Amino acid sequence: MSLDTPKFSDLDALYSADSKIATAMYEDPELFAEEMERVFKRTWVWVAHESEFPDKGSFKLSTVGLEPVIVVRDRKDKIHVMVNRCRHRAATVCEVKKGKTSSFQCPYHGWGYGLDGSLRAVPYPEQYGDDFDKAQHGLLKLRAESYNGMVFATFNEDAEPLVDFLGPQVCRYIDLFMKQGGGFPIKVLGEHQFTVPMNWKVQLENTTDGYHFPVVHKSFMQTLDGETNDMFDFLEKGKGWIEDLGNGHSVMVMIPELVDLDDNLDAPIPDRFAELAQELRDDGYPEAQVKKIVRAVGGAGFNLNLFPNVSFSLAFFRVLTPVTVERTDIRHLALGMDGGPAAANRMRLRLHEHFQGPMGFGSPDDAEVWERVQRGTKGGEALPILVNRGLIDEVPGEVGPKGHISAETGMRAAYAMWKRMMAQ
Amino acid sequence: MKDVTNTQDLALLSQVAAFIWAEADMLDAKAYEDWLELWTKDGLYIMPMGEGEDYANSLNLCYDNDKMRRDRIGRFRQGFSISSAPAAQTVRAMSRFVIEKVEGDAVTVRCAEQLVEDKFGRQRLFAANTTYTLIRQPDGGFKIAQKVARLLNSDGMLTSLSYLF
Ligand code: FES
Ligand SMILES: [Fe+2]
Repeated sequence: MSLDTPKFSDLDALYSADSKIATAMYEDPELFAEEMERVFKRTWVWVAHESEFPDKGSFKLSTVGLEPVIVVRDRKDKIHVMVNRCRHRAATVCEVKKGKTSSFQCPYHGWGYGLDGSLRAVPYPEQYGDDFDKAQHGLLKLRAESYNGMVFATFNEDAEPLVDFLGPQVCRYIDLFMKQGGGFPIKVLGEHQFTVPMNWKVQLENTTDGYHFPVVHKSFMQTLDGETNDMFDFLEKGKGWIEDLGNGHSVMVMIPELVDLDDNLDAPIPDRFAELAQELRDDGYPEAQVKKIVRAVGGAGFNLNLFPNVSFSLAFFRVLTPVTVERTDIRHLALGMDGGPAAANRMRLRLHEHFQGPMGFGSPDDAEVWERVQRGTKGGEALPILVNRGLIDEVPGEVGPKGHISAETGMRAAYAMWKRMMAQ
Repeated sequence: MKDVTNTQDLALLSQVAAFIWAEADMLDAKAYEDWLELWTKDGLYIMPMGEGEDYANSLNLCYDNDKMRRDRIGRFRQGFSISSAPAAQTVRAMSRFVIEKVEGDAVTVRCAEQLVEDKFGRQRLFAANTTYTLIRQPDGGFKIAQKVARLLNSDGMLTSLSYLF
C-alpha cells in the first residue's frame, strides 16, 4: 500500500466532527494495516523503561507496532533500538525476552552484530566478494530517545524530538508520576501480560475512561477499606478532571490530592499503610522518610495517557501492542523503588496483584468489557460509537479542553491525533 | 529412582491424591465456600510468574492470604464482577502425583494440572505444575498450608482468568 494515496480519504466518516466513531474503526483489516503504517511507523512509540535493561550490554525485546525490536544499552550506555531481523535471510537474532550479552549472533548462518546493531562478523565472507560492505548490512535501526527513564523509538527520521512530541505539560506529569519512587529511582519489578480480542483503540480509549470505573470495578471497590473506597469513588465524591494535553495525550486526574506526592507530607498515614509505616520505623527509617515512602507506595492520583501506546496509570505502566485488527496484547508493569525498603516494594507488588493482571480484581473485568465491545460491533454496522460525553461542559485548559472526570475528552484528544496522523 | 511400591508410601499417595481430587472437584463445581474450608488460617495460595521461588518479593498472578482468598471468592459470587457473571466453565484433571517430602505433619506433593475453560463458545487449554504443602489434621484429613500453581506459560502472554487453578 503506498503511503501517498490513503485508501481512507474520508476520515470524517470514521471519526466525525461531532465525536462519533464508525464501527469500521474497530474491525476493518485494511484500516488496521494503514494505521500500522501511518501511526505506528511514524510517531514515537514507547518501548521500555530504562530499569528493564540497567547495565551495559543488557537488553529487552519489545515491539513498535507490529515490528519486533531489540532495545539494548551499549558499552557507552547509549540506547539502541533495532529491528530483530537478520540482514542475511531474516531470522530473528534474539529470542531471549530479557538478558545481557556482548553481541547478537544470528543462529542460522552465524552473522554477528554488535550492541549498536552494526554487522561485525560474516562467516566465510569470500563468497560475497571484495565490495561487500558490512556498513550497509547492520540491523535496521530506529531513532531512540528517552525522557525520565521512559524509552521511545520511531522509524520516522523526520519526527520531532521526543520532548517536543510530549510537550511541557506531559513532561511535567511524567516527572510527578516518577515521584512515587519515594526518593528512590523507579524500577520495573515485573509485568503482567494478557491478550484480549479487541482493537487497539478500545484500549486506547479505556485508559482515559473514568466513566466505567464505578460500574466495571464495583467488585474491586467492595474489597477496599472505607477510606480507600472513598478515594476511588472519584466520580461521586472527587474533584478530579480530564484534560487534553495535545498531540493525542491526556491526563485524567482522579485524586487531586495525590497529583504531587511531595505535597501534604504531614497528612496522617492512612490505616492501610499503618503496618508498613511501623515496619519502616522499626528498620530505622526517620519519620520524614517513612511518610514520604508510605505516601509513594499508594501511587499517584492520575492516569497520564500517551498516544499511541502507553499510559502511566496511578501506580503502574499500561502498554498496548496491536497484534491484529481484533487482537491487542496488554502489559501491566509493576513499579517499585530501586534500592528502597523491601517491605515497601512488597506492598507495591501486593497492591498491583490486587487489581492488575489476568487474576487481578480489576483487569479481568476490564478485559471482559473490552471483548464485549468487539463482540457488540458485529451487529448494527451503521450505528455510531459515541465519544461525545462531556462536550457540553468542557472548558479550555492550558493546551486543550478540560472536562468532567467522566468526560470522553481524553478519547477525543487521541482520536484528533489519530486523524491528524492518518491524514498526513 | 525412588521405590514407590512400598505400601506405606502408596497409602499416603492415595490419601493426598484423594484430597487433591476432591479439591479439584470443588473448584470445577465452583463450590468455593467448601474450598475456603480446606485451608489453614495462614495458608497461601500462589500463582507465580516464571521460575523463582521468592514469591513474597516477586510479582505473581496472585498471592492470596486468607483475606485475599475470601475477597476473591466474594468477588466471584456477588454478581458485580462482569467477568465472573457468568464465569468460564472449567474441567480439570490432576495427575502425575509425586510426594516430595514428609516432615512431621506436613506433606509436600506436586502434580500435573490440566484445565480446559469454556466461555463465549471458545475453549482454552492450560497446564500447570502444582505443588501443595498439606498439613495432616487430627481427624486424619488434610488442610492446605500452601498451594503453588505455576502455569506453563506463567510469564508469557495469558488471558484473563475468572476461576481458580
Ligand atoms: S539468516 Fe541470519 S545469518 Fe543467515
Ligand atoms: Fe478499568
